[in-house]
Amino acid sequence: MEPVASEAPQTPQSEPTHVAKLYGEPLPELPKDLYIPPDALEVYLESFEGPLDLLLYLIRKANINILDIPMAPLTAQYLVYVEAMRARNLELAAEYLLMAAMLLEIKSRMLLPRPKKIEEEEAVDPRAELVRRLLEYEQMKAAAAKIDALPQAMRDYQWVSVWIADAAAERLPEVNLHDLQVAWLSLMKHARVMQHHKVRREELSVREHMSIVLRKLQGGAYLEFADLFDLSLGVAGLVVNFLAVLELVRERLIEVTQREVFAPIYVKIAQAGNGPNDVDVATVHP
Amino acid sequence: MSTSQPYTPEEYKRILETALLTTPEPLSLSDMKKLFEEEFDDDTWRVLLNDLRTEWSGRGVELVQLASGWRFQTRPEYQPYLDRLKNEKPPRYSRAVLETLAIIAYRQPVTRGDIEDIRGVAVTPNVIKVLEGRGWIDTVGHRDTPGRPALYATTKKFLDDLRLRSLAELPPLTEIERVMDLADAAQA
Repeated sequence: MEPVASEAPQTPQSEPTHVAKLYGEPLPELPKDLYIPPDALEVYLESFEGPLDLLLYLIRKANINILDIPMAPLTAQYLVYVEAMRARNLELAAEYLLMAAMLLEIKSRMLLPRPKKIEEEEAVDPRAELVRRLLEYEQMKAAAAKIDALPQAMRDYQWVSVWIADAAAERLPEVNLHDLQVAWLSLMKHARVMQHHKVRREELSVREHMSIVLRKLQGGAYLEFADLFDLSLGVAGLVVNFLAVLELVRERLIEVTQREVFAPIYVKIAQAGNGPNDVDVATVHP
Repeated sequence: MSTSQPYTPEEYKRILETALLTTPEPLSLSDMKKLFEEEFDDDTWRVLLNDLRTEWSGRGVELVQLASGWRFQTRPEYQPYLDRLKNEKPPRYSRAVLETLAIIAYRQPVTRGDIEDIRGVAVTPNVIKVLEGRGWIDTVGHRDTPGRPALYATTKKFLDDLRLRSLAELPPLTEIERVMDLADAAQA
């Protein structure tokens, strides 16, 4: 970092009439308000929210008493700005021209001597309406800034909501031992009706039935509890089948659910990570 | 699982807390009354809610009372950190939108013409659309003048989103009346 001559080389008091130099041009006096580079004027003019905003700016920066506005200089300044906008081909809203006309009208009315008769009746300052509008606009402008300063939802703070998985994950009802018992008893009833009076020796294996049940449930199918049982197996076969289901529950390979008491019981393959509280496994231990 | 009746104020507060945390909308007192079979008087509710608010006072999340009820929200001082989680900063409204909103908030119900009178420029439909889209203003009627212009007013959501319980809590206006009185005095 070498010291940069940030200031223009101090001209040794050869031009005492100029207080500063800007882009090489001597400036006869300091600018009365904020210096605006010519290129920035466009952006600057566009930042006004309308003629009232521009007028307020002119009044406030010149420290004019808003209750006693010198109309002639204000109008002249206003017209300079409006002319600048026109020169730069900014789309000049009709409001700006309307305001220019209004300012000129007020100015001319102030120049005219008032007829004595009217003066006695009501001495209305031609500027009164303009002042009222300026003050009201300024008030709302300030109010807008205050509202913007308030903490705003989604910008300055967030609503808090604990995520509940009621939409994504299906709410699984609880099944208790009694429900299984009832289901089992009704199966037995069916089986008794369907009973064949043939005595046959069968090779029964709980594990085998577990596989059969699991196979039935492949692909994530939801089966009704009763559909897991092949009634033609006979009582002994059904018992093994039921034991297989219980064993699958105990090993958390399947999920058994029931919407409400006596509603159909549904069975499906357990998904990894699903809570173990669907069935109280301890109580259905075979 | 059978629902056991809560017995202690602690239990009541925990239930309230859970309900408030899990409901995406603000909970009104009448909503909260559905939680319990017992009926409490308003003082009891106030004590319960104030206790709960005090309990959360040291956390990054606070319980606030809004126009439409009670709700949990993050504390504004932590928003800059939360913003880092998002790719973009929340956009700010333009001056045109904010000034229009201010006029509707303080002078409601107003027509588009009223707003234009105060601002001195035309109100673009987009400005109204932005505010309506946010749910902050809506049409509450029509003025009985030619063209029947819509009358706009601010909504409860506007109050909620700015953490206000009523319009009375809006920042006070600068005293234009006082200035105007001075003007009258100067003229007299």
